[in-house]
Amino acid sequence: MRHIAWCLLIVAFARPSAAMEPGSFGALRVDELEYGFGDGGVPIGWDASAWYGGDWNRVRVAVEGEALFDADALSADALDGEARLLYSRLIAAYWELHVGLRGDLALDGDDRQMRGLVQLSLDGVAPYWFEVEPAVFVSHLGDVSARLEVSHELYVTQRTVLESNVELDAAVQSVRAFGAGAGLNHVEAGLRLRYEFAREFAPYLGVSWGRALFEAVEWRREAGESPSELRGLVGLRAWL
Amino acid sequence: MPSWNRRQMLRSGLAAAGALALGRFTTGCASLPDARTRRQSAPLAGDVIDLHIARTRIRIGGRDGVATTLNGLLPGPELRLREGREAVIRVHNGLDVETSVHWHGILLPPEMDGVPGISFDGIAPGETFEYRFPVRQSGTYWYHSHSAMQEQTGLYGALVIEPAAPDPIAWDREHTLVLSDWTFEEPHAVLGHLKTYGGYYNLQRRTLANLGDEAADKGFAAALGDRLDWARMRMDAADISDVTGMTYTYLLNGHAPAEDWRAAFTPGERVRLRVINASAATYFDLRIPGVPLTVVAVDGMPVEPVEVDELRLAIAETYDVIVTPAAGAYTIFAEAMDRSGHARGTLSSDPTATAPVPARRPRPLLTMDDMGMDHAAMGHGMSDDMSNGMSHGMAHTGHATPGSASSQPASQPASSPTPAEPAACRTPIEIVARHDGDEHGAGNAMVAEVARARLDDPGVGLRDAPWRVLTYAALRRATPDPDPRPPDREIELHLTGNMERYMWSFDGEQYHHGMPDIRLRYGERVRFVLVNDTMMAHPIHLHGMFFALDVGACARNPLKHTVNVKPAERLSFVLDATEPGRWAFHCHILYHMDAGMFRVVEVVA
Repeated sequence: MRHIAWCLLIVAFARPSAAMEPGSFGALRVDELEYGFGDGGVPIGWDASAWYGGDWNRVRVAVEGEALFDADALSADALDGEARLLYSRLIAAYWELHVGLRGDLALDGDDRQMRGLVQLSLDGVAPYWFEVEPAVFVSHLGDVSARLEVSHELYVTQRTVLESNVELDAAVQSVRAFGAGAGLNHVEAGLRLRYEFAREFAPYLGVSWGRALFEAVEWRREAGESPSELRGLVGLRAWL
Repeated sequence: MPSWNRRQMLRSGLAAAGALALGRFTTGCASLPDARTRRQSAPLAGDVIDLHIARTRIRIGGRDGVATTLNGLLPGPELRLREGREAVIRVHNGLDVETSVHWHGILLPPEMDGVPGISFDGIAPGETFEYRFPVRQSGTYWYHSHSAMQEQTGLYGALVIEPAAPDPIAWDREHTLVLSDWTFEEPHAVLGHLKTYGGYYNLQRRTLANLGDEAADKGFAAALGDRLDWARMRMDAADISDVTGMTYTYLLNGHAPAEDWRAAFTPGERVRLRVINASAATYFDLRIPGVPLTVVAVDGMPVEPVEVDELRLAIAETYDVIVTPAAGAYTIFAEAMDRSGHARGTLSSDPTATAPVPARRPRPLLTMDDMGMDHAAMGHGMSDDMSNGMSHGMAHTGHATPGSASSQPASQPASSPTPAEPAACRTPIEIVARHDGDEHGAGNAMVAEVARARLDDPGVGLRDAPWRVLTYAALRRATPDPDPRPPDREIELHLTGNMERYMWSFDGEQYHHGMPDIRLRYGERVRFVLVNDTMMAHPIHLHGMFFALDVGACARNPLKHTVNVKPAERLSFVLDATEPGRWAFHCHILYHMDAGMFRVVEVVA
């Protein structure tokens, strides 16, 4: 719920303002707000970010995660989410450097885990229009982890877009509470086909597949969960 | 704007009075003046002209919006000045924000040029600014706001200066055609969209669905290969215009295409069309099917007549065209360069007749040659017709090629009547230039590896036109330059940008990063070399002075205030620094100017 509140806060403050210096703009983009169905059974996922600033320096806020909500009460039975606050600097025509903080929250029934991390990452467009975001993290306990996200958009028609993405997670130390096994620990891939009624409003259908790797597979099995998940998705991509 | 013959024009001073009654509005939403019932306006002339700027309700294409108007009109009233007199124009700001009016292409003292922060302090809400300057030229010009993107919202109009001596251009009737682009969005929102996503307004991309069309044209492997080449460079071959018909309604004298603005003529008359591209972000390709266009002046300055069938108007350019249509009705057709829409009107000898409106041509694609790719320019590019015509001494050789037939229209003798040329003039710019190692930093996404002159290239979307298209190579000023001096020095500027961030600049540096003035010594003659490192065309405009665009015609090089620089083009103009003061120098795509493609040229006395 904290993440949703954070989202609302962004909406309130990140709108472009004519009163600011002419070089400042901003946007809030909800890339994914989706309901998933399939063998993993986690119904709600989100991935949203906002930026504000000029061409060279921007502040970015991003949240992403997934949660299994109780049908009756507006509370999550299980939640796995993160929020990031980043400074972004344009360092090359297609590349931003990000430095900032990330907070993780993992809820499972009464079990509640939190950690803070420092993030250093790049975000940019590689040849052939691949958006690439490599990142390294150091947690407040000194654990080091890394993530690589690659995504691509294929315009099928002027308004129908097929977005594909792959995410790979790795860690130096094992941190079981967050499913981070030493070495490669998770891979995820998604395909989302959206229709842009407007740039700002694009519902989509999709499918995502995720799999724990190596050490994390054992943890999943011990918890009685399947190491891989395949889900159908219905969602909305929106800008404000 | 109605049809005006020359006699009516003399009485036009009286018409100002009616328009004045519209002034003095508050800008509160509830009390906005309403100009939804469109009416014709008479030109304003006289010793003192009053212009009242206000927010006004307006109906365009059947939809209601709010415009920034002058005397309640969109475009603002046509102003008529007379060479040799003093112009006195009082601009009353009825907005709740600062405004300004810039007189585009006019020679005047710098403090009358109307650029806030450079020429003066702007016109505060409720204030009046009196522009006062001696009129030293004649021809077709225009005016527009230079504040807060108001020119996108309607603050522009025609400015015609009648010559003191009898006009060397003979005509029986004239019409002014103001082409422009209108959006119901706030221009700051438009810029915000572009900053967030450069392709926001492009609904004509290459998609999986239209791959088949390209494959049918040149084979599947070639079509796919070309797409992969563009994807590797992270560039979009279909990015012809940043802001498109997705949001724009294209206007002719303030009228949407369906409103069919009409101009009358009597068969046998020579009709002078004063065509002004007053758009914020749209290049127009103008033609009147069935009627040849004889271009007699460009940017207000007379040129030797050139007969063509179509001409491309870069933003902020003006063209004076003589037509002598036979009895009947003809469509005035101005397609947006990216073919996402058009403006349209009717030129007719019969008040009720209409003419068919042509279909818009398909959206063109940029080529690797437009990108200044090395292999293109050095390989087949150099041997193809277009560059051949170029590298062999340009149009005055009378060497017409299929791609550029227009540069030597039938009406012009093959050997141009250029007087004996001094030797110093025969070495214009280096025609083909390889880019040096400076890639202009993160504010620039690409460089044209090889840039070259493209003056006889009709440009993207017009190369296959089955009729004559005007190119700069065909322009010759009517009166040769008596001064044979070679330039004292050369200043090279690169036009740069980064579409991913919607950053635009000269040499990779945006103006608001505190760029110093380009300082010229009073009286010196300077050659400016412009190299376009981007994949978009840029209309580059200099305030306060005309420059001679080097088309290889020496003393006959045409005088201009705005020059279109095509993608990967390298061209030059020669400027005599004769007007002391600080002058704005910028890309006239409004959103590029706002994003930083702007400098100040200072002539130091």
